[in-house]
Amino acid sequence: MTQALRLITIALGLLLLWQCIVWVSDVPKFILPGPLRVAETLISQYARIAPHAGITALEIVLGLICGTMLGGMTAISLTVFSPLRQWLMPVLIASQALPVFALAPLLTLWFGYGLISKVAMAVLIIYFPVTAAFYDGLRRIDPGWLDMARVMAGPNGPTRGSVMLRIRLPAALPAFGSGLRVATAVAPIGAVVGEWVGSSAGLGYLMLQANGRMQTDLMFAALLVLAVMALGLYALVDRGLRLVTNWQPENGYA
Amino acid sequence: MISGAASVEPTHSSIGVAVAGAGLSFAGRTIFQNVSLTLAAGEWTALLGPSGVGKTSLLRLIAGLPEDGGVTVGSVQASDGYPLAGRIAYMAQRDLLLPWLSIIDNVLIGVRLRRHGNDAKDRQKALHLLDQVGLAARAQDRPAALSGGMRQRVALARTLMEDRPLVLMDEPFSALDAVTRFRLQETAARLLSGRTVLLVTHDPSEALRLSDRIALLAGTPVQLTDAGSLPDVPIPRPLDAPGMAARAASLLQQLADQDARDTIATPGAA
Repeated sequence: MTQALRLITIALGLLLLWQCIVWVSDVPKFILPGPLRVAETLISQYARIAPHAGITALEIVLGLICGTMLGGMTAISLTVFSPLRQWLMPVLIASQALPVFALAPLLTLWFGYGLISKVAMAVLIIYFPVTAAFYDGLRRIDPGWLDMARVMAGPNGPTRGSVMLRIRLPAALPAFGSGLRVATAVAPIGAVVGEWVGSSAGLGYLMLQANGRMQTDLMFAALLVLAVMALGLYALVDRGLRLVTNWQPENGYA
Repeated sequence: MISGAASVEPTHSSIGVAVAGAGLSFAGRTIFQNVSLTLAAGEWTALLGPSGVGKTSLLRLIAGLPEDGGVTVGSVQASDGYPLAGRIAYMAQRDLLLPWLSIIDNVLIGVRLRRHGNDAKDRQKALHLLDQVGLAARAQDRPAALSGGMRQRVALARTLMEDRPLVLMDEPFSALDAVTRFRLQETAARLLSGRTVLLVTHDPSEALRLSDRIALLAGTPVQLTDAGSLPDVPIPRPLDAPGMAARAASLLQQLADQDARDTIATPGAA
């Protein structure tokens, strides 16, 4: 409750500061529109912004789902087939070292101006944090648990599957959660960058159009929608992860 | 020796274990070699020694667990000639409870690792064992809600759930406070009577209290010696039984002497 109050206070304070800067400096509204003006635009242009917001949201969510699944599968494969690590890890790191912005035109060239190139971009940006964090969690497991499982299993030994399912996966869930939180925070970057490089829809496209026509208020309105979407998605993912890992003692130490 | 309160009877006939030619080395440095240890069927054997002497490594050799960092050699044979794998239950110093599972699911983890799901009979048995360690009311709690002593009692119930003829215990009580340790020793002695048990410990009174026989792993070079006959009192031996205090003192003195010799000998040794 107090946290909600604090958030509202911070938001209102920032908006007030913004409005004051506009009043005091008296900059033209095509350089910096005030928050009231942006709110007005948001309401009046709602019908125009909404479809673009929907497309961007779809790109982000699809990218998040695909990237998380791909990253999760990679992490599990690396754990199960440990020799794979020496071959795949350098590739993984190299893929992260390349700036996604540099790849954006290429992805647009390959996958076209539609949804797929943006989803691919989001996947690229999400893949590494999810894989790295989850893989780390799967490996850094209490060796005592594995000893216990080995003694319990009997003559045939524990199947890798059952140890993975009963011990490794649940133990790695908190690490997976931190990877997914980072991924959720950066996923919108991937989608919007993709839209900037080449698209015919989405909030990134709308912002680029508005910018070209000096409709700075529309640009701010689109930015606001994007920010709200990103924060909402993060809150949703965070809540879900907390539910799944509620056995972790960290809860309550915020 | 069947205590009247023990209601879990062994379903396998008890087995003895013979370890021969056991050796341990770390980075080329030999800790011990050619050690033989016999665990008599249906008895508690304590493996007593100062820390760092390789007690746990010897236990891991019997358990068939890999040694990290060191190299162990030696043969381990069950008295009936069949392999030991699948007939061992293991209890460590740490409770090793899985924090995301409820208490009862932790007791059932062995069943679940071996096959999927668990039927009502297993659940019933787990609940019964939790009742025997006095924790039936906490079956649905998570481990984090329990004290250290309670958690180790759950670990004991999990060990009993495995229902194996050979039980290997690696300092299972050493992280507990004195009173909790005292009570849990009693519970363990009662519930595990009639099984072949190896108890690794560095505490002479614990070894004296619980075991039929004490094997001393100490010295330079490290050797395994039998501590000889123990006070003729039913187990768990009361600490104030005749001869107990003197015996504990002499065992402690033996460990301390050898420890001191180690410390003095080490600087001169190559």
